[in-house]
Amino acid sequence: MLEINPGLILWTIITFIIVLAILRAKAWKPLLQALTEREEKIRTALQHAEDSQAKAQHLLDENKRQLAKAEEESQRIIRQGRELGDRLKAEIVDKANMSARTMIDQAKDEIRREKEDALTQLRTEVADLAIGVAGKILDQNLDTARQRQLADSAIKELQKS
Amino acid sequence: MFFNTPEDTLHAVHRLTTDTVRAVAGHGGDHGGEAGGNMFTELLHHVGDSHVLQLPFLGQVQLPMLPPVHIAGLTIDFSITKHVVFLWVAALLLCVLAIWAAKKNRKQRIPTGFGNLVEVFVQFIRDEIVLPNMGPKGVKYMPYLLTTFFYILLMNLLGLIPYGASATGNVSVTAGLAIIAFVMIQASAIRAQGLGHYLAHLTGGVHWALWPIMIPIEILGMFTKPFALCIRLFANMTGGHTVIVSLIGLIFIFQSYVIAIGPLGFALGINFLELFVAFLQAYIFTMLTSLFMGLGMQVGGHDEHAH
Repeated sequence: MLEINPGLILWTIITFIIVLAILRAKAWKPLLQALTEREEKIRTALQHAEDSQAKAQHLLDENKRQLAKAEEESQRIIRQGRELGDRLKAEIVDKANMSARTMIDQAKDEIRREKEDALTQLRTEVADLAIGVAGKILDQNLDTARQRQLADSAIKELQKS
Repeated sequence: MFFNTPEDTLHAVHRLTTDTVRAVAGHGGDHGGEAGGNMFTELLHHVGDSHVLQLPFLGQVQLPMLPPVHIAGLTIDFSITKHVVFLWVAALLLCVLAIWAAKKNRKQRIPTGFGNLVEVFVQFIRDEIVLPNMGPKGVKYMPYLLTTFFYILLMNLLGLIPYGASATGNVSVTAGLAIIAFVMIQASAIRAQGLGHYLAHLTGGVHWALWPIMIPIEILGMFTKPFALCIRLFANMTGGHTVIVSLIGLIFIFQSYVIAIGPLGFALGINFLELFVAFLQAYIFTMLTSLFMGLGMQVGGHDEHAH
């Protein structure tokens, strides 16, 4: 069983070399080429997919960022508008209040002045009337100075009452 | 095959295992008297080479015996023996299957079925054997290593089918494979390092006074590696077959159907083990060849090389 048979050794070598020559050209090269080509294809496809994903992620981020910015902007505009409105409202109300107060004050002044005028006028007229009436009653008995003194005391009496 | 009666079964088992015995020993159909001490030696002829080929349902074919050729004082017998036939059967099968797989894989974008199976092995050999042991430079030796792997695998597997024989169970065949491995290991080393570096490598990088010791050792080392490859493959393939034949032989020694259950169960188990060993030995032969080629291809690798 252990004897060496040189013929069989040579047959083995010859057969192996023929098989190697045939398979090298017909099987292993195409197989290895197909393998490497597919690996290359898969690698590029994966790379491509990764790139696309990165790009999509970038776009998504960009969109989100812009959306957030727009949101913030709109919020800011609304807030500004509200502030402006509030301020305007306050201003208008203040102005209206102020003008109303001045008008009231003016009216009050007017009324007071009118009243004082009226009182002064009334006073003189009452004095004149009293003088006239008293002059008519006493007539010649009293001189003018005396009469005025009497009239003034009479007015004082009136004011007191 | 289905057998209805115990006689049929016995006859079939008998035919499967002792055709060779009969052919070699010239015994008749009566097996009752031949059970004994020389049973094993006769059965072992089944594992060895012969000039008779057993064919299913056709009986025996006497293979042509060629006259020995005398070349340079050597007597070489180029007769077509059983193992030469199985060498060629494996070669033919390998060519057909590999070319079929290659065609299939080139046509399809995604390999399926048999093409995919072959590609799994091809990729394994490239990524797990060649690239770690030899680096990217080893890819150009891929066709040789792939042929080695698949050829050895097919020869191993052919021994597991009925009427088949493992050509790798013959030491001459494994010697032939080892010689090719030896040539490839040296050729790849010379190609990678250049002849000068290759010869310098033989001195082992020691002081010149030690060269008379170192050079024979290095040259011996060149031969021991393929020799180990040769013996390892041969012994592994022969061992399994011998165990199976011995187990089957027990049936004929004990001449009992009851006893047959045990040996047949064991033989079945050994068969599965052999199926595994067929793949394992093809892998080991390829892996070690690749490793030795890779070691030789390291330029100026005196420091890191392992002896």
